[in-house]
Amino acid sequence: MSAGRVIAIRTGALSARVDLRVVAALAGLVAATVAAFLASVALGEFPVSLADVVAALAGAGDEATSFIVFDLRLPRALTAVLAGVALGIAGTVFQDLARNPLVAPDVIGITGGASLAAVGLIVFSGSNGALSVPLAALLGALITGAVLYGLAWRGGVHGYRLVLVGIGVAAMLEAGVSYVLTRGQIYEVAQAFVWLVGSLNGRGWEHVWPLAVTLVALLPLTLLLTRRLAALQLGDELARALGVRAEAARLGLFTIATGLSAVAVSAAGPIAFVAFIAPHIARRLCGSTSPFGVLPVAAASGALLVLVADLGGRLLFSPTEIPVGIVTAILAAPYFLYLLRRANRIGAT
Amino acid sequence: MAELLRASRLTLAYDGAEVVRDLELAVPRGRITAVVGANGSGKSTLLRALARLLRPRAGAVLLDGEALDRLATKEVAKRLGILPQSPIAPDGIVVEDLVARGRYPHQRLFRQWSARDEAAIEGALAATATADLRDRALDELSGGQRQRSWIAMTLAQETEVLLLDEPTTFLDLAHQVEVLDLLAELVEGHGRTVVMVLHDLNQACRYADHLVALRAGQVHAAGAPAEIIDAELVEEVFGIAARVIDDPVTGTPLCLPLGGRHRPAVETSRPLAGATR
Repeated sequence: MSAGRVIAIRTGALSARVDLRVVAALAGLVAATVAAFLASVALGEFPVSLADVVAALAGAGDEATSFIVFDLRLPRALTAVLAGVALGIAGTVFQDLARNPLVAPDVIGITGGASLAAVGLIVFSGSNGALSVPLAALLGALITGAVLYGLAWRGGVHGYRLVLVGIGVAAMLEAGVSYVLTRGQIYEVAQAFVWLVGSLNGRGWEHVWPLAVTLVALLPLTLLLTRRLAALQLGDELARALGVRAEAARLGLFTIATGLSAVAVSAAGPIAFVAFIAPHIARRLCGSTSPFGVLPVAAASGALLVLVADLGGRLLFSPTEIPVGIVTAILAAPYFLYLLRRANRIGAT
Repeated sequence: MAELLRASRLTLAYDGAEVVRDLELAVPRGRITAVVGANGSGKSTLLRALARLLRPRAGAVLLDGEALDRLATKEVAKRLGILPQSPIAPDGIVVEDLVARGRYPHQRLFRQWSARDEAAIEGALAATATADLRDRALDELSGGQRQRSWIAMTLAQETEVLLLDEPTTFLDLAHQVEVLDLLAELVEGHGRTVVMVLHDLNQACRYADHLVALRAGQVHAAGAPAEIIDAELVEEVFGIAARVIDDPVTGTPLCLPLGGRHRPAVETSRPLAGATR
């Protein structure tokens, strides 16, 4: 791996270092995401031409087209993009905090907490509300995050302990989900399974807004803490030697990552593998582990991944829809196996 | 010799177990201070406290007369840098990226790459002869190159004081000398103050202006190596009988441990050629 050419940008008191390879990766991903976004809005059972999409977006389309574009496809595509961004950032932060490239919110129980709450609500109350289920998932994820941090705390939270405690918590929550599923009636259980797979079907503006508001609130905080994340990558001792209050920075970053995973899962269900794989793609593209490059590129990779997976799931066997979580798992599982194989090889030599 | 760093009535403990008790220490400005002692004598613990990575149970560490824990975290980081014994880096990080991270205490959110940052990093790369390695991944480098890169990161921090915990461990002989020469050059050429924990007493005697011998969490002796090192001190500090002669190369004390199998044949054997003591 090697970083690209670095240029300095300096105007007055402002200065920044820009890696051209990161800029190129980001530009490519954003362009691809825009293309996939337009395709998501245009393609489907009722194809809409790009000209009509643009007209509808400008408020000049006919009523039927406007309904398809505005009420059905646009919020769904936006949910995909925003959930992907949130998962990409959350995965990167969790992997850096845990010092472990196999970590993701699914692995350490955050997603499990959301699942248990959502499935519990669906099965026991028979409710499948567009508001109540996401809210339950959000709370489940946030509570799990807090419990996880508390359990892993022993005069500070260290990566290894976070992973071990997280795996334990995840196993317990999954057992809880299985238990709930065995207790339910067949109809509710079927509903719960649809949620558990991770699906963007029927996502409307009520799903977009919470995601958008959370991202608007948390992205500047992430930006603020990126320098500290870079210092924490060198271990607590060096981070503190460099003037970072390590424990406070870690709590801040953990909270951000938990919040981002929680809103993403709340809006789209537990979409498998995206939070895990987006940081890997980003590190490859950037040729470095510096969070200044990896975070934005992972965000863009996550958005593209969810968007393309959802589009593929919708179109491949149309009119039957494959939920986005299944497509991401199919796309990402081979890469996961490749990583494990490589890790085994490295471990063997 | 003006002192830059001072430990006053310092007591250090991990989870109740006291490692250092009522320790007094003065670190002279613009000199190399080496801390030596047996395993478990509290060397690394003391160094961590000097770098305010360990909060004293009692007493204080003073930097230029000011208590370290009264200073802002970032302020300390601008004046005092530490290289732990086995620092960790993310996989695949390249040397220049690593060195650039040493600039953290000097940067702000919107001022992340000032001309001074760039100059400090170039200076650190040049001083450690790592400029040619700047695009190489740290984990592909030899032990000596890697250690030089870490030192470059600490240098980029531009602190008056550099604290190093056994900077020569894991290095072969040539690389050990290379690293120690670099530190000596930093002190002589750039007026930095270096405090390092060293395992090798003879290297400490060669390179240190000021030697601190720890025993059971106390300063057993401190001063210029030639003034304090003799067979008696080695016996007391390291618990081993030894002969101390003059280093035929540098004239500094050279310690030859005796051990059970290597008693001298004659009690007053001839000193090595050229050495008089």
